[in-house]
Amino acid sequence: MPEKTLLNHSRPPIFCPGCSHDQVLRSLDKAFLNLGLAGHQICMVSDIGCSGFFDVFFNTHAMHGVHGRALTYAAGIKLCQPELNVVVTMGDGGLGIGAAHVIAACRRNLDLTLLVLNNYNFGMTGGQYSATTPNEAVVGSGFLNKLDKPLDLPALAAAAGAPFVCRCSTYQKDLTETLERAITYKGFSVVEIHGICPGRFTKRNKITPQSIAQDLAAKEQVCGEVAANQRQEYGLAYGREAAAQPALPRPLGIEPLCQAPQQTRQEVVILGAAGQRIITAGEVLALAGLAAGLHASQKNEYNVTVLRGPSISDLILSPEPIAYNGAQRPSVVIALSHEGVERRRGGFAGLGPEVLILQAPGVELPPSAGRVLAMDFKGMGIKAADWALASLAVLARQNQVLNQQMLVAALEARFQDKTLAAVKETLARVAS
Amino acid sequence: MTLSLLEGNEAVAWGAFDAGCRFFAGYPITPATTIYNTMLALLPPAGGIVLQGEDEIASLGYCLGASMAGYKAMTATSGPGISLYSEHISFAIASEIPVVIVDVQRLGPSTGYATKGADGDVQFLRWSNSGGAPAIVLAPVDAADCYTLTMQAFNLAETYRCPVFLASSKEIGQTRESLDLSALKRPPLQERSMQPAESEYLPFRPAPGGQVPYFAPIGGRVLSRQTSSTHGENGYITADPKEVQALVERLDRKLTGAVESFSYHRLWPAPGGETLLITYGVTSRAARHACRELAAGGRPVAHLVLKTLWPVPEELLRAAAADYARVLVVEANLGQYVREVQRVLPQKQVEFFGRMDGKLISPAEIKEAVRA
Ligand code: SF4
Repeated sequence: MPEKTLLNHSRPPIFCPGCSHDQVLRSLDKAFLNLGLAGHQICMVSDIGCSGFFDVFFNTHAMHGVHGRALTYAAGIKLCQPELNVVVTMGDGGLGIGAAHVIAACRRNLDLTLLVLNNYNFGMTGGQYSATTPNEAVVGSGFLNKLDKPLDLPALAAAAGAPFVCRCSTYQKDLTETLERAITYKGFSVVEIHGICPGRFTKRNKITPQSIAQDLAAKEQVCGEVAANQRQEYGLAYGREAAAQPALPRPLGIEPLCQAPQQTRQEVVILGAAGQRIITAGEVLALAGLAAGLHASQKNEYNVTVLRGPSISDLILSPEPIAYNGAQRPSVVIALSHEGVERRRGGFAGLGPEVLILQAPGVELPPSAGRVLAMDFKGMGIKAADWALASLAVLARQNQVLNQQMLVAALEARFQDKTLAAVKETLARVAS
Repeated sequence: MTLSLLEGNEAVAWGAFDAGCRFFAGYPITPATTIYNTMLALLPPAGGIVLQGEDEIASLGYCLGASMAGYKAMTATSGPGISLYSEHISFAIASEIPVVIVDVQRLGPSTGYATKGADGDVQFLRWSNSGGAPAIVLAPVDAADCYTLTMQAFNLAETYRCPVFLASSKEIGQTRESLDLSALKRPPLQERSMQPAESEYLPFRPAPGGQVPYFAPIGGRVLSRQTSSTHGENGYITADPKEVQALVERLDRKLTGAVESFSYHRLWPAPGGETLLITYGVTSRAARHACRELAAGGRPVAHLVLKTLWPVPEELLRAAAADYARVLVVEANLGQYVREVQRVLPQKQVEFFGRMDGKLISPAEIKEAVRA
């Protein structure tokens, strides 16, 4: 035997006399009962404003949050509790401030029901204009509402991909049935319900249930499925896609297999440009350190643009755990591009004769006491995009920071299959 | 010891996963994006959910809905996104919704510089809610901390039903480090206390003997009621001064009264030394170097690394500073947390050194500041 109402006896509705919200509330209650739903099978999520009381007036799960964001809570709830009937109420104010979330919800098609109680103004704060206020209305925002074109929510929702869209009046006979259709629709349903706010709007504007009916009759009639937007509900589609994803393996360590050529902290700075795979080379060098049982740190520096500007990687390999990981006393500087060298120009003067500087073709170096080794990458037939990795092969040949065994272990940890073969082939040209 | 190479951000994601987080929503932003990337690779195959929000407000909103539905939820962003989170941070604090929020700080103010680091948000995180209620903020130093403190963050969020921030930074989040994830000590997991069956449910009445209410998930058999409005124990909006005062005092007390039980830190005393160095975040690493070198040079300096920033671990600060006349706070900003240290240690000589120009503070600079 179902309860006769899901309305909250301890919190009777407190809308202004004649407020359309009251009638929508009662229609919604009837719709729930007709569908045989119990309170715990429903969550009312309400927005801010007078429609923001809907959660209080129902004996259901309830969540009421900040202005315009109700759809976001509803989505989180629905994804985690797919069996729950989640109904969102918001006003035309919430529609305006939360429009990004309305559009996102339409595009997403999660099985939620959105009721937008459109009474053409901000009731609670003094009748200011909202996204739906007619230009000719007199509201609490002076002349401003004459200037902004009112938003056609059903058209917006349909364009954004909502599969069920309805424009209706609080006062039409089949409101309850319409709400039932929206709630049972398996997907995102948007119902715009026009109604009167006697507290504010009708003080200065003459509208009646009849005039609303006439207005709606003059607009495009929409109430039901939008043929072009029919598709699988988001939660079901998400489950299908997620099930096909491979699990992410836990990070695999590299077993130490040899000793590094130097047993002290080694800092390597790679000065390159975007597109030279500086970060990848830095990672390979760090992995090479792990292969020798060293601790490693890799700090990268680049501009916010992806394909332009300097790209710098600061590497530290050390037998001790690494605390400070900024560059202090590099033992190797790899200079691969003008941009990278410019960014760290100030550091060159302090480099001593113990520092090895690998110089790529065409890169000018600021004066320093470092030992410069010019690399003939062009002669080796190595492209600029591979210079950073090739520099590691040069270091390995010199037994500086890393050796051949460390390099191979790192490459095998970082690359697979064809890429690995291609990288090895490129680096073999360094050795020749 | 088998080391792997992990970004701090990846370590955060693994910590969240191992803490039982199965819901993540975020908006792409440098330098936090690799948390989102890793969560997207981790959760869906494990039955969890990852959403890319249409903006940061939505991202945290999704998390709050998911958390109220009983999931452990996390989001991650950087300065500009934290600014947008603010209204939902207020909601989560006021309405006791557990959630973990990672702020991979970047150089500010405003959009600042996306690929440079700083610790410019530490006061913002504390005060980012309207109403001024306290929040928990943990600060990792390295990738290992990113893992462990993220797990602790979930434990605290569940235990105290509140948002818990992880104040990481570009310098930690996007730095790759060698790490033995399997060797790190994992804190035992804590879960929110659930409403016992068959008793009347008042969603905001503190559980017997404690400060934190029982939780009933939205979607369960017991009707759950959640609101961002000022509420009484029954979860209904109220303006009753007694009820309101009781609520805001409890929100304060449940965290400030408990911080001694989660004052995470490392302390290296220096018997006979005169200075205590206080740091947090990546600056702590330069400070370790500086302290070692100073000690080697015959000038031992005590060092306190704070990993719980908020609520301010006042007892810890007083105890750690007891033996030193001078306290030097070094921060990657223009002096934010030093204000708290000065407030807690009025009788000490509290000094500040810091910089916020996108470059790491170096050991040499810290040594100089100590010697000054
Ligand atoms: S102000 Fe308007 S919308 Fe609000 S309760 Fe009164 S009539 Fe209804």
